[in-house]
Amino acid sequence: MSVQTLRWAVADGRTLTGRALAHWARRPGEVAVALLFPVMVVLMMGYLFGGQMDVPGGGSYREFIVPGMFALTMAFGVETTFAAVAGDAAKGVTDRFRAMPMAPSAVVVGRAAADMLHSVAALAVMAVCGVLIGWRVHDGIAGALAGFGLLLLLRFSLVWMGIYLGLMAKGPESVAAVQILVWPIGFLSSALIAPSTMPGWLGAIAEWNPMSATVTACRELFGDPGQAGTSWAAQHSVLMAVVWPLVIAAVFIPLSVRRYRAMGR
Amino acid sequence: MAEPRFAVEAEGLRKRYGGPRDGTQALDGLDLRVPAGTVHGLLGPNGAGKTTAVRVLTTLARPDGGTARVAGHDVVREAARVRTRIGLVGQHAAVDEVLGGRQNLVMFGRLYHLGTARARRRADELLERFRLTDAADRPAGEYSGGMRRRLDLAASMILAPPVLFLDEPTTGLDPRGRNEVWDAIRTLVDGGTTVLLTTQYLEEADRLATGISVVDHGRVIAEGAPDQLKARLGGDRIEVVLDDPGALSAAAGIVGRVASGEVDVDAEALRVGAPVTGRAAALTEAVRALDEAGLAVADIGLRRPTLDEVFLHLTDAGKSEKEVPA
Repeated sequence: MSVQTLRWAVADGRTLTGRALAHWARRPGEVAVALLFPVMVVLMMGYLFGGQMDVPGGGSYREFIVPGMFALTMAFGVETTFAAVAGDAAKGVTDRFRAMPMAPSAVVVGRAAADMLHSVAALAVMAVCGVLIGWRVHDGIAGALAGFGLLLLLRFSLVWMGIYLGLMAKGPESVAAVQILVWPIGFLSSALIAPSTMPGWLGAIAEWNPMSATVTACRELFGDPGQAGTSWAAQHSVLMAVVWPLVIAAVFIPLSVRRYRAMGR
Repeated sequence: MAEPRFAVEAEGLRKRYGGPRDGTQALDGLDLRVPAGTVHGLLGPNGAGKTTAVRVLTTLARPDGGTARVAGHDVVREAARVRTRIGLVGQHAAVDEVLGGRQNLVMFGRLYHLGTARARRRADELLERFRLTDAADRPAGEYSGGMRRRLDLAASMILAPPVLFLDEPTTGLDPRGRNEVWDAIRTLVDGGTTVLLTTQYLEEADRLATGISVVDHGRVIAEGAPDQLKARLGGDRIEVVLDDPGALSAAAGIVGRVASGEVDVDAEALRVGAPVTGRAAALTEAVRALDEAGLAVADIGLRRPTLDEVFLHLTDAGKSEKEVPA
């Protein structure tokens, strides 16, 4: 790849990131709803269900669920990515891009960059909400940064899952199917409920869920309440919080690239 | 480099979707030549292979066989070059519906590597030219169908490409939107752009195209200027519409005497028609004979066959019906 090609790839990626940002400026209401939805979930869980919840090992349930909600917010992001990719494909916008002399990578680079920015904003909103309901970082700034780094790594891998599913979809309407998929996977984890309180076999699945790896690792790095489970995955949550996203990305990046190319066959 | 004589040149294009048994042969040896500076219509029923042909010619799909050159460049080996010399308007108005018209054009301009300042200037020019300046800042999703199509056309014209592909550009538009798009296309052609247009609407091909290729089952089954294609059906026809069903057979006999081919009798419409060669002479003779026989005529006249008749005659849709003598 020549320097010139690389320069255009960066410029085109930036143009398409700017397109997503312009969408937010055009539809601030939609952005607000997307950012506030996790806040609503955390308030619901924390104040409606929270009274009946005991955190194994002690500590506040509300503080327990904030790292879980960070990770769930990353998981909900699959829907955003999916809807944008499927919408462009269905409306012929993807075809227009493909028939233009622009860098082919820009379509996904622009998408990924915009979605990562969106996720940073979502985490910031969630963190402020967390602080307001009593969540704290107890183990210093380095741990906190590492925790947010792991969350964004998870999101990055899920961007590719969203791109792949979006390219496979018949239209943006199938976002409902993705939502149905995201919720059980998100909840069957240590995000909002300690797996040790689940039936044994279910708890084991939950502990091996990539979501749980990130959530448990964040609790450890933030010094928040919640006991890591006894499974190998739970005992090595920081390692797994790096490995799982890399595995997901390693699966979905080549699948997405193949699918994008296959549009020309 | 001098512009090649043919803006589009395809030979034996083949493209199959799906497996050998359950798939479809979308293109089955399609040949096409479009002289530079003309509007060429690809006409055919749904599933004839028109869209696949456009996808191959615009580098969106790779052909399984055959070759194609667009603006002098091979669509497979020089795909990147082709993309700088074409515009594509697909079946959907492929614009960003959240962004405004101007934002759309600036974004596409930057993706065409004009740079921000030039992209802005070009956007303003195109908005003016496609009469969208007043709506420039409204989201494209709020545009009427015709306006969205015009924005789509404008986006395809950012580089002022020598070859423009329009895949059913007026499908789904109301008559006003259709007229708006036709006007826009005519303006482009006056500027020297070569246009390849696919359509199911014969009227559209008749109005815009200087040459037509009728496509069916992935290949070209007839080619020529609209008038040439119509002439293949036997040139002019005389048509007599009667008031009284009882007069049909007598009228058919009279029309038969002036006709150069088989007489069609449509009993329901009380209409008798037939191809004729000498236009005025045949008409005068028919009027005189009908008058002499005392038959009341509601309407009589000469007309050329419509492209619809040509189309039905050539494609499968017409195969089950009576063959019209050519």
